[in-house]
Amino acid sequence: MADQRIPFATHADATVLGADEIILNMGPQHPSTHGVLRVKLRLDGEKVIGSECVIGYLHRGVEKIAEHRSYTQFAPYVDRMDYVAAVSNGLGYCEAVEKLLGTEAPLRARVIRTILTELQRIASHLFWLGTHALDIGALTPLFYCLREREEILKIFEKYCGARLTTHAFRIGGLQYEAYDEFEKDVERFCTPFDKRVDEYESLLTENRIWVGRTKGIGILSAKDAIDYAASGPVLRASGVKWDIRKAMPYAAYDLYKFEIPTGKNGDTYDRYIVRMEEMRQSRLICLQAIENIPAGPILGKVGKVLKPPPGEVYHAIEAPKGELGYYIVSDGTTQPYRVRIRPPSLINLEAFDKMIRGHLVADVVAIIGTLDIVLGEVDR
Amino acid sequence: MLDQIVFYFFATLAVISAVLVVTRRNVVQSAIFLITALLATAGIFLQLHAEFLFIVQVILYAGGIMVLFVFVIMLINVDVSLHQIQFNRQWWLGLLLALVLGAQLTVAIAVGRSGLPLGEPAPAKMLEPSTQLVGRVLFTEYMLPFEIASILLLVAMIGAVVMAKKKI
Amino acid sequence: MNALIEFVKPILVPLICALVIVGVLPLITGYIVLMERKIMADMQARLGPMRVGPHGLLQPIADALKLLLKEDIIPDEADKVIFWIAPLISVTAGMLAMSALAIGPWFQVADLNVGILFVVGIGALGLFGIVLGGWSSNSHYSLLGALRSAAQLVSYETAAGMAIVGALLLAGTLSTREIIMAQSDYGVWFIVAAPVGFFIYVVASIAETNRAPFDLPEAESELVAGYMTEYSGFRWALYFLAEYTNMVVVASIATTLFLGGWLRPFAGTPAFNFLDFAPSLLMLVVAGYSFYRAPKQPVKVQKLFMIGVGLAFLGLAGILAAPLSASVNAMLPGLKPGLHGAFWFLSKVGLYIYLFMWLRFTFPRYRFDQLMRLGWTFLIPLSIVNVMGIALALVLHRQWGWGHVPAFGLTTVLTLAVAGWLAQAGEKKEKEHAMAGGEA
Repeated sequence: MADQRIPFATHADATVLGADEIILNMGPQHPSTHGVLRVKLRLDGEKVIGSECVIGYLHRGVEKIAEHRSYTQFAPYVDRMDYVAAVSNGLGYCEAVEKLLGTEAPLRARVIRTILTELQRIASHLFWLGTHALDIGALTPLFYCLREREEILKIFEKYCGARLTTHAFRIGGLQYEAYDEFEKDVERFCTPFDKRVDEYESLLTENRIWVGRTKGIGILSAKDAIDYAASGPVLRASGVKWDIRKAMPYAAYDLYKFEIPTGKNGDTYDRYIVRMEEMRQSRLICLQAIENIPAGPILGKVGKVLKPPPGEVYHAIEAPKGELGYYIVSDGTTQPYRVRIRPPSLINLEAFDKMIRGHLVADVVAIIGTLDIVLGEVDR
Repeated sequence: MLDQIVFYFFATLAVISAVLVVTRRNVVQSAIFLITALLATAGIFLQLHAEFLFIVQVILYAGGIMVLFVFVIMLINVDVSLHQIQFNRQWWLGLLLALVLGAQLTVAIAVGRSGLPLGEPAPAKMLEPSTQLVGRVLFTEYMLPFEIASILLLVAMIGAVVMAKKKI
Repeated sequence: MNALIEFVKPILVPLICALVIVGVLPLITGYIVLMERKIMADMQARLGPMRVGPHGLLQPIADALKLLLKEDIIPDEADKVIFWIAPLISVTAGMLAMSALAIGPWFQVADLNVGILFVVGIGALGLFGIVLGGWSSNSHYSLLGALRSAAQLVSYETAAGMAIVGALLLAGTLSTREIIMAQSDYGVWFIVAAPVGFFIYVVASIAETNRAPFDLPEAESELVAGYMTEYSGFRWALYFLAEYTNMVVVASIATTLFLGGWLRPFAGTPAFNFLDFAPSLLMLVVAGYSFYRAPKQPVKVQKLFMIGVGLAFLGLAGILAAPLSASVNAMLPGLKPGLHGAFWFLSKVGLYIYLFMWLRFTFPRYRFDQLMRLGWTFLIPLSIVNVMGIALALVLHRQWGWGHVPAFGLTTVLTLAVAGWLAQAGEKKEKEHAMAGGEA
């Protein structure tokens, strides 16, 4: 019979930790840890008094692989890190290598890169919104979000043939010319999109339950956010006006006007508002960009075999989830000596413990959701 | 005929469950048999046309109190009781005393049966719906005890809260 | 043989009714699930099940078959007997509760004089199935789900009970049949006299049946599947059956107490007699739509099936229309109240369940402490005030000779004022709590 029942709670050693604490293990197989994140929670009743994220279940050694591939060969690998924002990953890597080579992509290529990257930001935020709302229990927004995301993926598919791991850009510019209807497709998506965002907001923004579940949850002050090196919407929701697109413009961002939305309290609700506003801003960037895509070549002059001069480079872009940085060391051969990637998800996840302390178990899923982590990127 | 079958069914069920409550090692199983015993008793109430008593038994005892019982039992570790010795060495003495008491009661009832007043059972249809009856009696004749009982419960509740909560 | 007939005779009608409940309820439940999926799909810009039968009409049957044939997995370390029996308790309690409900004037297993208490009390016993199932699975998620379920039910049962008391004060009886007759005597449904009570009952009944936004015991993003985590195959299906049966039960209670049971809207007003045609017309519309969709089905079998569905609804329309003709009515005077009563009762139950679904697809989920705070600091005080308000209105009406409208109008306004005050106080508390949570 049931001789070896699992006791309800593993009581920690009373003399060391106090008798009231229990340890709860969430993940790595749990519907709402967004993949294979494992969180060890120290609980006092339902209250979280400490946490530890155990990562590495999806580790594939992306950085090590880079040392055995040529610069061109490695480019598709970066798509597999943040697989819901593959275009942004590719942009960061291509620009980093271009910087190392000392070249720059032609203007036409940079404008098309900007459009695709902003569409990818919208797609990534839509996916975040859908899953975040689903974690908090709202079933319906997910389907509306995926409906819109589908339109973006269709544009990607028409452009380069792939939907998810696009490998859209090449070092030095683009491989594919924009297809004939490209501007029209982007416009058809962007024009009604702000109404769609309003629609999602009508379901959530003023919903009492949503506000109750997100306001005051997972507060990260501006100082803490900077101390934890948080970036992207997590940082901006805490009131820090920092966006690499403005601070160190890359691609063609210096050509377009857009706002940096910021929050005040740094709680889950503010992060939600910031991301919603970012989608609107991305839409404006796309609309500005398709008005005038300059003519010209799409691929700059780069050799068939890439042999950057010895040296090192750090290049960061504003990926949907935050600062995505590539640090590449070249020893003058065809393969990088070392590639180090700064994944925004991992750095933002480090603030998790700070954010969850004092909240309840149910808030764990809300905070994991609001950090917008992708485990492919955290573990690499 | 049917009445008797139903009665003996519920009575047997109640007695067997009651015995199992005491003899089961697993606390949760004991709790389940306690629920069964209470429900069987409720069945007998229903057969006696005491519908209100029946439903109070179901809602309060089987529904309310037992849920709290099970709630607490689930939180404790069942392993401990499984490995403990259930009866101590004086079990035979207890059994003997119980048998003696049972025999005495049987004899007493058998001998003094004629002296026990057994009223005629009232015909079922003659009774008013028992809910109204209980309500009327409770709020007129037994008003004071009823209110005192409610205050007692309130005191017990506050006491429990004070004891359970370290700081209020 | 004669003795057997004599024995069966008095219990024949209840026996048939009971058999109908046990036999038809699982089927109805299956189709409620299909309706839920279809409505959900419609609200989420999808189609929902479309493959099994035209428009997925045979999906519930396919699902039931699949679940029957699935391997029945019992975890090694589970308490096998309790694990085995727990879903049965839930289903039994749900079905037993149906027995005291009056679905139309002729369809009732037993008219107990404690009817509504019986339904509520027995229905609540289904909780043991959930709690014991969660415990016996020997898994943390199951146990947490079971504990949440128990705590939630105990809290909201109180509010629901007080809301029921409000309606019972108006009716002056506990028998389901007499409660509906009382509404017929009043001329209005009790929802008009006690709107706040109805609101409380709606909220509390959603919480009791573990439906969103109060579906914490099975919150898939937190507890995987709550108490059902370790269940599979048909035993899992039994839990589902129990959940939907419970929905039907609470919807029936609400219909009986607040929505006039089997009474037609405006039952006492001859000017609205044209509403008697509504059931037949509705069936005709459904039949017409089926015929309209039939040629558009891709396969011949599906076309035939669609026509069959149309014919079935046509037949139903005929049956519902039959008692309207004077000759049939003269021959079988009981037919009209019986049939139309059942129709109206089931329609109201359906609307109530639709409300459940609508809320589920619209709202996020409460957190457990928020749920408890809502129950204990808002609903329970409000339900007590509601009972006092109704009692006051009855005193004003019966002792002081006020009219119904001013008496109930006054108390409803008073109750609403208290509700507003409670909500405001709760909001203030919530804000303080949020601040404290942030600082900790």
